[in-house]
Amino acid sequence: MEIVMAVLAGILFTTAVYNLLQKQMLRIIIGTALLSHGAHLFILTMGELKRDKPPILSEGVENYTDPLPQALILTSIVISFGITSLLLVLAYRTSKINGTDNMEQLRGNDYE
Amino acid sequence: MSNLISLPIILPLLAGIIVAFFANKLPLARAISKVIALTNLAVTGFILYRIYQNGPIILETGDWAAPYGIILVGDMLSITLAFTTNLVAVACVFYASKSLTEQQESYYFYSFFFLLITGVSGAFITGDIFNLFVFFEVLLMASYGLIVLGNGRAQLRESMKYVLINLFSSMVFVTTVSFLYSVVGTLNMAHIAERVQEVDQQGILTTIGILLFFVFATKAAVFPLYYWLPNSYSAPNPVVSALFGALLTKVGIYSILRVFTLIFAWEADLTHTLFIYLAAFTMIFGVIGALSTNNIKLIMAYNIIPAVGFMIMGIGIFTETSISGTVYYLIHDMVIKAAFFLLIGVIVYAAGTSDLRKIKGLIHHYPVLGWFFFIATLVLAGIPPFSGFIGKLLLIRGALAQEEILIVIVALISSLLILFSMIRIFIQGFWGEKTQLAHPERKQAANKMTWPIGFLLSISVLLGVGAEWFYPSVEWIGEYLMNPQIYIDSVLKE
Repeated sequence: MEIVMAVLAGILFTTAVYNLLQKQMLRIIIGTALLSHGAHLFILTMGELKRDKPPILSEGVENYTDPLPQALILTSIVISFGITSLLLVLAYRTSKINGTDNMEQLRGNDYE
Repeated sequence: MSNLISLPIILPLLAGIIVAFFANKLPLARAISKVIALTNLAVTGFILYRIYQNGPIILETGDWAAPYGIILVGDMLSITLAFTTNLVAVACVFYASKSLTEQQESYYFYSFFFLLITGVSGAFITGDIFNLFVFFEVLLMASYGLIVLGNGRAQLRESMKYVLINLFSSMVFVTTVSFLYSVVGTLNMAHIAERVQEVDQQGILTTIGILLFFVFATKAAVFPLYYWLPNSYSAPNPVVSALFGALLTKVGIYSILRVFTLIFAWEADLTHTLFIYLAAFTMIFGVIGALSTNNIKLIMAYNIIPAVGFMIMGIGIFTETSISGTVYYLIHDMVIKAAFFLLIGVIVYAAGTSDLRKIKGLIHHYPVLGWFFFIATLVLAGIPPFSGFIGKLLLIRGALAQEEILIVIVALISSLLILFSMIRIFIQGFWGEKTQLAHPERKQAANKMTWPIGFLLSISVLLGVGAEWFYPSVEWIGEYLMNPQIYIDSVLKE
């Protein structure tokens, strides 16, 4: 099971990097979203995957999953949601004011 | 009384929330911000005094004992840096109302400002590596808000790259933390440091170390990961640049200092040789950048990079002298970089342009500003008796003791070139015939903006002249960082 998850995370990372290296702004944002999904899957895999075992330790429960990675993912997901929505707004404003969504054309060193 | 240590995080957080309610009542928002910034400075000063007297304060939140819960660690290093952060914050909050337009202020400048301070203080104080990531995100979120404040063309363009770079390195950070968790099974930094010695697969740990260094080096702008910094730091308003230049890169340096003295201190050979080479390249490339342009904002932004090189050099040499040199330089650099960005802000405001070739003879109209700039240049370049000199002296003494001659030569030459790049602004911008001012109506406002800079400069001069008072505690911090067992014992209470 861990192997499958690791391969899946690897695929997500690969597509993320491919998209990050594109010129179009929207594709880059999709790339960042995929990147964060890859990272989250990775955290889950690192905490060992077990079937039918809740991440809760109460009386009578013998088998339980490590709850810490789940807490970490929760924090991380919230953060990446926030940043993705911010990025979308930012990209919209940037493309509107600069008149392009091509990162190649968003260069420059002009004095203001 | 251990709850005291949470105040440097909670006070600015509350301030950020309170100020958000008064976004349209600017005089009230300004007054509240100033009062809270001063209170925060006083409180942090008091905590600093307490820790100086009684040793580190450790807060186990929710009464979970050390390796399990989230802990806040206030030792001399973290609280000194938090105190310096608040010094910079006070100067910036008094400068902000004069430098920003009312529209920019009403777009929640003060809320973002206080949230940034929350994130920076939190990153200094936390003792948990995942929380370090969370506080990094807090300060980055606030900085995303600040960098687009003003909505200019160049600003939007540069902020897009800034957000993307930081998002990428954050995701690498999270992945690395989960790696580390799977290897050592804990997130508490002291506990990690203890477990790391027992792990037999040292190769994996080296990989994790390098990945963490990649993340922190991106935030700290170490060669070759500094490419994003100059443009994005010169695009926003000067007060925002000052906060960024003074605080954000320094959080990266602090994290490198903490992680590589505490967790990865046992296999110092590989990583620390790498640090020395990177430090040399960082200095050289930063200085070349500073000499390459006529835009005074960019010159200043490039000048952050060689300073980062100096601090990395101290960590790379890895002796007590050089580590205390790094700490001294870190404190000095936070104060002086803030002062410099604010000074550049006044110059650009007064002259109406950031093109150095178009500015002439400012000293006839702004004598105080001119002399402040001159003193700041001397401080930055490390002319005795100012504070830059003491830090560099310690670093170079440490390097000479380890017989790293090459890095000493690079450091000294790059110091000279830093002096040259700054004095160029002074000669071209301030000297020359008395000419007609481009914006004579701005004179009064510009003179008012000069005073917060005077506050920062006087601290900087005090740090240099009063080195005798500060040196023992900085030396003590160096000794403390070289013996990670003290930190581990104080956190895990063994």
